[in-house]
Amino acid sequence: MISLKNVSKSFGDTQVLKDISFEIQRGEVVCLIGPSGSGKSTILRCINGLERHDGGEIVVDGSVLGEKSLPAIRAKVAMVFQRFNLFPHRTAQENVAEGPIHVAGRPVAEAMTEARTLLERVGLGDKCDAYPAKLSGGQQQRVGIARALAMKPQAILFDEPTSALDPERVGEVLKVMRTLADEGMTMVIVTHEIGFAREVADRVLFMDRGRIVESGPAREVLTAPKVERTRVFLDRVLNPL
Amino acid sequence: MDQFLTDAVKFLPILMSGLGVTIAVTLAALVISVILGLVWALMGISRNRMLRAISRVVINTVRGVPIIVQLFYVYFVLPELGVQLDAFVAGAIGLGVAYSVYQAENFRAGFSSVDPMLIETAQSLGMSERKIMLRVIMPLAIRVTLPPFGNTSVMLLKDSSIASTITVAELTRAGQLLAVSTFQNMSVYTLIALLYLAMSLPLTYLVGRLERRFARK
Repeated sequence: MISLKNVSKSFGDTQVLKDISFEIQRGEVVCLIGPSGSGKSTILRCINGLERHDGGEIVVDGSVLGEKSLPAIRAKVAMVFQRFNLFPHRTAQENVAEGPIHVAGRPVAEAMTEARTLLERVGLGDKCDAYPAKLSGGQQQRVGIARALAMKPQAILFDEPTSALDPERVGEVLKVMRTLADEGMTMVIVTHEIGFAREVADRVLFMDRGRIVESGPAREVLTAPKVERTRVFLDRVLNPL
Repeated sequence: MDQFLTDAVKFLPILMSGLGVTIAVTLAALVISVILGLVWALMGISRNRMLRAISRVVINTVRGVPIIVQLFYVYFVLPELGVQLDAFVAGAIGLGVAYSVYQAENFRAGFSSVDPMLIETAQSLGMSERKIMLRVIMPLAIRVTLPPFGNTSVMLLKDSSIASTITVAELTRAGQLLAVSTFQNMSVYTLIALLYLAMSLPLTYLVGRLERRFARK
């Protein structure tokens, strides 16, 4: 479904992605973990065309990512952001319906009804008319997920979806994500939630300084890492004292 | 006071035609200044370096020349270059251009207040540049732009009196003519001041209300 071949990317003199290659199958849930600044988010941003990669090739659903294919690829791959990025001047329901109406050109009434259904699905059926400022972080992020789903994507990219949340609110978002995973959605998730990755992900890619250092089945990598760097990272995250 | 009231009854009908011209020239200049101001502001945030430079030069130049001199330029100098303009049109264009640079600053502040991450989000949804401008940037920018826009409009209304210097028969000019012929300086200029207030105070109030309405969302 998504494949990267020798992708590289630099910001000025610093190379943030070095020769990244991996493939994600349809229905697969893959977590990208690793220290801050290791390039995890940049990978997601490249797949969605928010950053342009300098070298290598990104292929989504058979088409090579480029200027021309970008609109088609964005229609297939939705994104969920760390800071939710809801449009503050639109209600929850309008946020969810924005893409279907103004990108896909669907009839307003139909898109709004569907937005309501999606909000119900993430447990926010009673918040349709609320503006983002009136919602908690966890609620905002669930609206963000509903907004991604509204585009009927074939895959969703999650960029640290729970990092900006109150610890108490993390669970409600992870629960929604877990349901999506169970339903067979293709998901690429940048996260620091090791427990979630172990439970839900099929595969984990561990990144450090722009490279994929280790990859494999989630349980394997997260419980018995083979590479020293992964082991040190997991040890620090799981036992901070 | 009695004198003032009798004068007022006598003078108001004459001043009213001037008031109409003041409103007309203000509105015309406002439209011109908003359109040009948007052009300067959009050029100023463009990715094209040339456009950004032009915008900056225009803004600094226009802002650095007194409005009265700009009006003289449009009314007295352009005819020598073969562009003959009627006083009203010259006034509207001169004020519009002069004020466009202040509008541009208002718009620029509005645009730069929009969180770039929201623009990225709209891009990731697949929105076109035009839709992003209309659906995300404009509605968010307008909240920041509105208060200074209101102030600018009130200033423009008052500065439309400068058009009297190029013979536009607006309120101030009508009053001057009246004062010279009647010698009732106190009555005439008090009436003029009150008439300006009668326009600027409601305008200020209106902007304040709009501001609160936008802020509520």
